[in-house]
Amino acid sequence: MIAAILSLTLLGIALGLGLGVAAKKFAVEGNPVVDELTALMPGSNCGQCGYPGCAGAAAAIVDGTAAPTCCPPGGKALATAIAEKLGLSLDLSGMVDEGPKIASVSEEICIGCCRCIKVCPTDAIVGAAKQIHNVIREACTGCAACIDRCPTEAMVMKPVPVTLQHWVWPKPALA
Amino acid sequence: MGILDRIFGNHWGVHPDDRKRPAADLPLRRLPMPAHLYVPLQQHIGAPARPVVLVGQRVLKGQLIAEAQGATSAAIHAPSSGTVSAVGEITAPHASGLPVPGITIACDGEDRWLEAADIPADPFALEPAEISRRIAAAGVVGMGGATFPSALKLTLGKKSGISTLIINGGECEPYLSCDDRVMRDFAVDVVDGIRLMLHASGATTALVGIEDNKPEAIAAMKQAAASFPEIRVCPVPARYPMGSEKHLFSALTGKEVPADARTTDLGVLVHNVGTAAAVHDAIRNGRPLVERIVTLNGGAWRAPGNVVVPVGMLVSDLIAVAELKEQPARLIMGGPMMGTLLPSAIVPVVKGSSGVLALTAAEAADGDAQPCIRCSSCVRACPVGLLPLEMSARIRNEDYAGAVDLGLKDCIACGCCAYVCPSRIPLVQYFGHAKGELAARDRTKLRNDATKRLVAARAERLERETKEKAEAAARRKAERAKQKAAEAAAAAAGAQADSETTA
Amino acid sequence: MNTLATTATPIASPHAHGGAGVSVVMLKVMAALAPATLYGFWLYGWPAVHLWFITVFAALLGEAFCLRLAKRRAMPVLLDGSALLTGWLLALSLPPWAPWWLGAVGGLFATVVGKQVFGGLGQNLFNPAMVARVALLISFPVAMTAWVAPLPLTSAGAPGFLDGLLITLSGAANLDAVSSASLLGHAKAELSRGVDLLQSLSGDHLAHFLSYSGARPGSLGETAGLLIAAGGIAMIAMGIISWHIPAAMLAGIAIPAAIGHAVDPARYLDATAHVFSGAALLGAFFIATDYVTSPNTRAGQLVFGLGCGLLTYVIRTWGGYPEGVAFAVLLMNALTPAIDRLMKPRIYGRNRKGASLPL
Repeated sequence: MIAAILSLTLLGIALGLGLGVAAKKFAVEGNPVVDELTALMPGSNCGQCGYPGCAGAAAAIVDGTAAPTCCPPGGKALATAIAEKLGLSLDLSGMVDEGPKIASVSEEICIGCCRCIKVCPTDAIVGAAKQIHNVIREACTGCAACIDRCPTEAMVMKPVPVTLQHWVWPKPALA
Repeated sequence: MGILDRIFGNHWGVHPDDRKRPAADLPLRRLPMPAHLYVPLQQHIGAPARPVVLVGQRVLKGQLIAEAQGATSAAIHAPSSGTVSAVGEITAPHASGLPVPGITIACDGEDRWLEAADIPADPFALEPAEISRRIAAAGVVGMGGATFPSALKLTLGKKSGISTLIINGGECEPYLSCDDRVMRDFAVDVVDGIRLMLHASGATTALVGIEDNKPEAIAAMKQAAASFPEIRVCPVPARYPMGSEKHLFSALTGKEVPADARTTDLGVLVHNVGTAAAVHDAIRNGRPLVERIVTLNGGAWRAPGNVVVPVGMLVSDLIAVAELKEQPARLIMGGPMMGTLLPSAIVPVVKGSSGVLALTAAEAADGDAQPCIRCSSCVRACPVGLLPLEMSARIRNEDYAGAVDLGLKDCIACGCCAYVCPSRIPLVQYFGHAKGELAARDRTKLRNDATKRLVAARAERLERETKEKAEAAARRKAERAKQKAAEAAAAAAGAQADSETTA
Repeated sequence: MNTLATTATPIASPHAHGGAGVSVVMLKVMAALAPATLYGFWLYGWPAVHLWFITVFAALLGEAFCLRLAKRRAMPVLLDGSALLTGWLLALSLPPWAPWWLGAVGGLFATVVGKQVFGGLGQNLFNPAMVARVALLISFPVAMTAWVAPLPLTSAGAPGFLDGLLITLSGAANLDAVSSASLLGHAKAELSRGVDLLQSLSGDHLAHFLSYSGARPGSLGETAGLLIAAGGIAMIAMGIISWHIPAAMLAGIAIPAAIGHAVDPARYLDATAHVFSGAALLGAFFIATDYVTSPNTRAGQLVFGLGCGLLTYVIRTWGGYPEGVAFAVLLMNALTPAIDRLMKPRIYGRNRKGASLPL
């Protein structure tokens, strides 16, 4: 009887100590997952998700306040990547991925005011005062930050045309 | 090989009903030139060619109309004489029905060749590099369907030290007989082309692999190659996909190509028989690749057979002259196993088009997909040793990484698995979808990385600009202060002088 | 005819097909099974026919019910023949004069719990017919082991259509009069009583139990052993199944049986008795070869078949039940995913571990 009580007590103390030491010794500073998610994000800090920049969105997703599907430029691919990293099950049905879009300037309306150039997070718009602006397609991330800035509505989002090189076989319909 | 294979069953591939005859036995026909030719600028693997003609310009057959641009590309020549009527877009002979850049030529009906200049008396006296250069100038690409620029292959082969040239006369796809016809009708040209490629690549022997269901071609090639001991004609068993580069290599050499390597790493270069004929034409006659032999086959053609077709001739024009006897259920460019279902007949024949098949509903064997019953027919049929049923199950659940772990990247899309599947699951489409999806994700990742670099560059620029502004402001302030001080000093000095004078 | 309609959705290659469909495969299996079944019907008369119909109908009903629950169209799925085949195989493994509810419960259990619960055709981990058989054997051991001696349709005492129906619906009034033990059951019972095989299976006894013409007590699939084997060989010839699983499974039974018999004939039945008894042949050719629940590769199938055979022998010889095919097959079914995982085919240009071959 006493032997049993003693041995169990000792076992409890030993395990408790072990846990305590482990908690101190292997304590994690901050949350590394947020950094990993930030690395996955487009990184243009465009703010379409409603959070301050990509790091802010990553933190919100880790907290659970934002859905993995909150990033429009990242699209479905990013959502699945995030869900995989966090081990979440993902409902993509609600997410409309219309394919990538990029900004484009209607040259006949552009007045060369330079407002769009100032907000572009990737310096993808070239132009100078009183000169018609243009978008460098390769650099545009499709964040749409410039659209509201344009006083003449010369900035529009246009879908990136699908080319033969980028065409993907559709997934077969389920049997 | 041997007893273990007999027990475990190493029977890769399938034996589809070949349906090559009677089309293969009929003599080659020439079709009348259509009114317009639609020549895509991308008929090869690599970058599209750059147009060098203007709308309204007159061109002769064989004249360069678009030059190769970039390291991997091929030149395009006018397939007939006439006038350039448009430089724009043409629907590609591709399942997607997407357009590609192309040049339209209004034919004048004369079909006049450009005068071939500078035909070497003895091409074997030329430098190998010069042969390759001439092959490149003639726009020769792999005629077996992969359409890799041939000259580039020879040059790369020369660099990595080639000892053997394998000439692919397998033509394992059912229905097709264009290579068969080339070997029967132009055996001497093919052998000459092989000798030229041996010279250009530095290889010492050539093995011509021909499936044993083409005895006439084997006989013709053996006869043509009789006086050249370096060229050996090797019949191989008829089995799909024997024409796959790696499988023909294994059948002829008994070795296996490592997954991370190419045949060239093992000192072997593989070219198609049609390519050999095109090389002969380019070097001996100075004629670029502007036409090819195309097999018209399938139950819906009125007169199946092989025809010589200029590159850029629309399938609808082919149908107008060769005639269908019934509406086909499927119109296919290439063979039935790996060919492309044409989105419409308004697409041109290109350098890699081996056949135009008009299949009836019975031949196309359409059927709805049913659930997988795990019969593992696909596992036995797969010539690469993959598990198509497991891979497709993963792709169905969008577990692309899982499919890659099972060897998705090793899939050659030969179609054996879907051919034998009793449930008619479109396995090849699953794999095509997954490969495309993975490529798209890789592109997105590259793009994200580029975006991050651009954002960093912008942040740096903004910082630099603020600093420069601050510095400029400080400088101006300092200057102003100095000026003020100087003025004050001057004023003070003046005042002193004044006071002195007044004093 | 010049302008062909543009196809709406792209269809991937290949644009040709080998021709065989799921229902064609199922039909061929049924054709291979038919001679043995008809012969069994003749041997055991109308009660066996009624039981067969009830079992098959129950299996189809279970399938249709689940499809209805899943809001899928039932007819195309029922027509693929897989549920019918499941019911058929189960019926062949039941005592021929068993009461109707045994067939009904078994048939429903096979398709509902054995198959549809997993998601339908192709999704089940275990062979549905064997799942049902084992469930019945555990739940109703007496009814499941009430074998009768054959009473051919043409013989004098055989029950007619209506009498047969009565036997199936309300049980045989004088089952004791016709009941008999199967060879394996008899051997096990006698051994446990301390009577060794040399005595219990001497002379007439052996002839009674081991008649190759099938005139012996047992299930439909047991008695017509030669016809079952012939059907199986026909399936191998037609290319529906390969020889690997049947050969390995029969070897797995015969080899230890031969060794055991050689060591002590008084305790261990010989190989012929083992192979031709119980569901060994039916199991080897028709049950273990089920596509869904057997491994993908030839090598895996050899391991699977051998495992089925060895386990059958072990259960028969040292286990609590006289017959072990169903248990053995289910146990190996559970191992199939592991076998598939461990015995993948080698990929061209790679070694068994998946690394590229050296240059």
